[in-house]
Amino acid sequence: MTSLIPGQASAGHYGRYGGRFVPEALTFALDELDAAFRASVEDPIFCAELDDLQRNYTGRPNPLTHAARFGAHCGGATILLKREDLNHTGSHKINNVLGQALLTKRMGKSRVIAETGAGQHGVAAATAAALLDLECTVYMGEEDTQRQALNVARMRLLGADVVPVTAGSRTLKDAINEAMRDWVASVDNTHYLLGTVTGPAPFPEIVRYFHSIIGTETKSQIEQRYGRLPDAVVACVGGGSNAMGIFSAFLEDAEVQLRGYEAGGEGVDTGRHAARFAMGVPGVLHGARTYVMQDEWGQTVSSHSISAGLDYPGVGPEHAWLHDNGRAIYESVTDAEAMDAFAKLCRTEGIIPAIETAHGLAGAMRLGNELGPEALIVVNLSGRGDKDVETAARWFAMNPDQHLPTLNEQMATER
Amino acid sequence: MTAIAEVFAKAKNENRAVLIGYLPAGFPDLTSSTELMRAMVESGVDIVEVGLPYSDPLMDGPVIQHAAATALAQGTTTDDVLTAVRAVADCGAPTVVMSYWNPIERYGVARFAQAMSVAGGSGVITPDLTPEEADEWIAASTAHDLDRVFLVAPSSTAARIKTVTDVTSGFVYAASVMGVTGTRSAVSGHAETLVQRVREATGAPIAVGLGVSTAHQAAEIAGYADGVIVGSAFVRAITESATPHEAIEAVSSLAGELAEGVRRRKINEDALI
Repeated sequence: MTSLIPGQASAGHYGRYGGRFVPEALTFALDELDAAFRASVEDPIFCAELDDLQRNYTGRPNPLTHAARFGAHCGGATILLKREDLNHTGSHKINNVLGQALLTKRMGKSRVIAETGAGQHGVAAATAAALLDLECTVYMGEEDTQRQALNVARMRLLGADVVPVTAGSRTLKDAINEAMRDWVASVDNTHYLLGTVTGPAPFPEIVRYFHSIIGTETKSQIEQRYGRLPDAVVACVGGGSNAMGIFSAFLEDAEVQLRGYEAGGEGVDTGRHAARFAMGVPGVLHGARTYVMQDEWGQTVSSHSISAGLDYPGVGPEHAWLHDNGRAIYESVTDAEAMDAFAKLCRTEGIIPAIETAHGLAGAMRLGNELGPEALIVVNLSGRGDKDVETAARWFAMNPDQHLPTLNEQMATER
Repeated sequence: MTAIAEVFAKAKNENRAVLIGYLPAGFPDLTSSTELMRAMVESGVDIVEVGLPYSDPLMDGPVIQHAAATALAQGTTTDDVLTAVRAVADCGAPTVVMSYWNPIERYGVARFAQAMSVAGGSGVITPDLTPEEADEWIAASTAHDLDRVFLVAPSSTAARIKTVTDVTSGFVYAASVMGVTGTRSAVSGHAETLVQRVREATGAPIAVGLGVSTAHQAAEIAGYADGVIVGSAFVRAITESATPHEAIEAVSSLAGELAEGVRRRKINEDALI
């Protein structure tokens, strides 16, 4: 197999990361997927079909919004928001899902399964399944089904079977385990529509490929409007698919800083976080070698984040590689910092972001203050926050020091 | 000849299959688990497969998941697993560890191989390690004379079977079905076909696992394979027992029935004469 990724050490590997650590039973399906993927991206019919869906179903290209009032909180830097929240289904997840659903049809399979944390990938998978007439089962940690109840309802309306997973920590990692178990037994007619840039090869490469449209659109939009590349590209990083999607177009542009923000939860020193780069060590999880939050015996440690979508103890292997070789810089953002950025975007731009995305926005506030008012910073606004309204209401009620200011208070501070 | 090879050679002479029994170390607790493994050996299990409990056992069904979670909740560590290996190996049966890859990698691949060897272990089954990722393990296991058991599945192509068996030693683990561990009422027809396909690639002994729970199934598999692997059925026998004593009885009784099953092939052939 040949790699589509420039600079990749060997197919399926990113330096020492990535690879394929799976039961032998899945090798055939992964090889089949790899072959179908490589043939499809060279096939004009497949590409045209995907392009048509992206334009006329997802609504691409989506805008690059200049967030002037939010920029005032980012050291006066020019902040541009890549509006993946305006995609059909409300996040970047649809990009990958449509690509893989078309691959599923091409492989002659009739069913997809998916894992989901925040529910955005599950909703996107259920959507593509409805559109392309595929049966769909979504595995979701029981804890996540509770904190993202709206998305559970959406998936069910779309005809997906949502299975709450009660094993382990009852979050995203356990949902992936359960999806893998289903897949081993159903691989004849089922495609595992994995939602992020991790898992066994070729998943990280496929998912990145289908999300790379985020980066290519951004690059052409910013060059057209500003006549130059941005100083930095910012994204939140759970598994890391939205980040890989937007980073991919800028990897070769050394002058563009790539910044990923992972979930610091209640603080990396509290042990309740999902800061893989801050506290994890290289290991193997869910089929790939990458940074993993684990104890001294190699047992996975439960992660924690207010954001279900970032609450994952592993990270995409290409991010691990970019971290080690220094091309991208990863920092963590606490729940409190993310919610502060969440509130600021709501009140300055009229945009309610997903709490996952708010981690990237908090990163932009930090980075903007560091780089100053001349800086041009792109933030991948990876998803909208409708699903998080209840979590946010509870947070602001419980953290009065962080409460959303009333209009009068806000006008008073701005005067 | 390794201890595992000797057991397979001896069974072949006796015209029967080898019985391999799995239990996770630390379930229901570390001391009990080694007693239960020794009881298996006393009742006819030829090779003991000591499970290393892991937080994310994606190849295991609910029965073994539950046992692993219990063992981990009690604080079972890799060192405890090695203690269990020592205890079982001391009673004379070749002992292999079955472990997902990350705990071995975290322990240190060479360090783990050495510790296994010191504990008297004979080999390691690695269900999520593919030959492509196994360079370090192949070197370490070779250096410490440990058998390396890789898996083949009904979906494995001929080329894939060759790749896997080329790096395998001791025996080949043939997964009888496409699925996770757990007892099933019938062994899939895939198993016999798979064993025939593996025979074309290697002269190494072939053991069939996944879903085997009864003497009848063991006898059926013994008709075409060199070994029969039973896991979830043993774990379930423990889970369903009310007392530690009852658990020992249940495990011994199941081991006895299965040991009779793997010998039934001989009886059938005698009956034909």
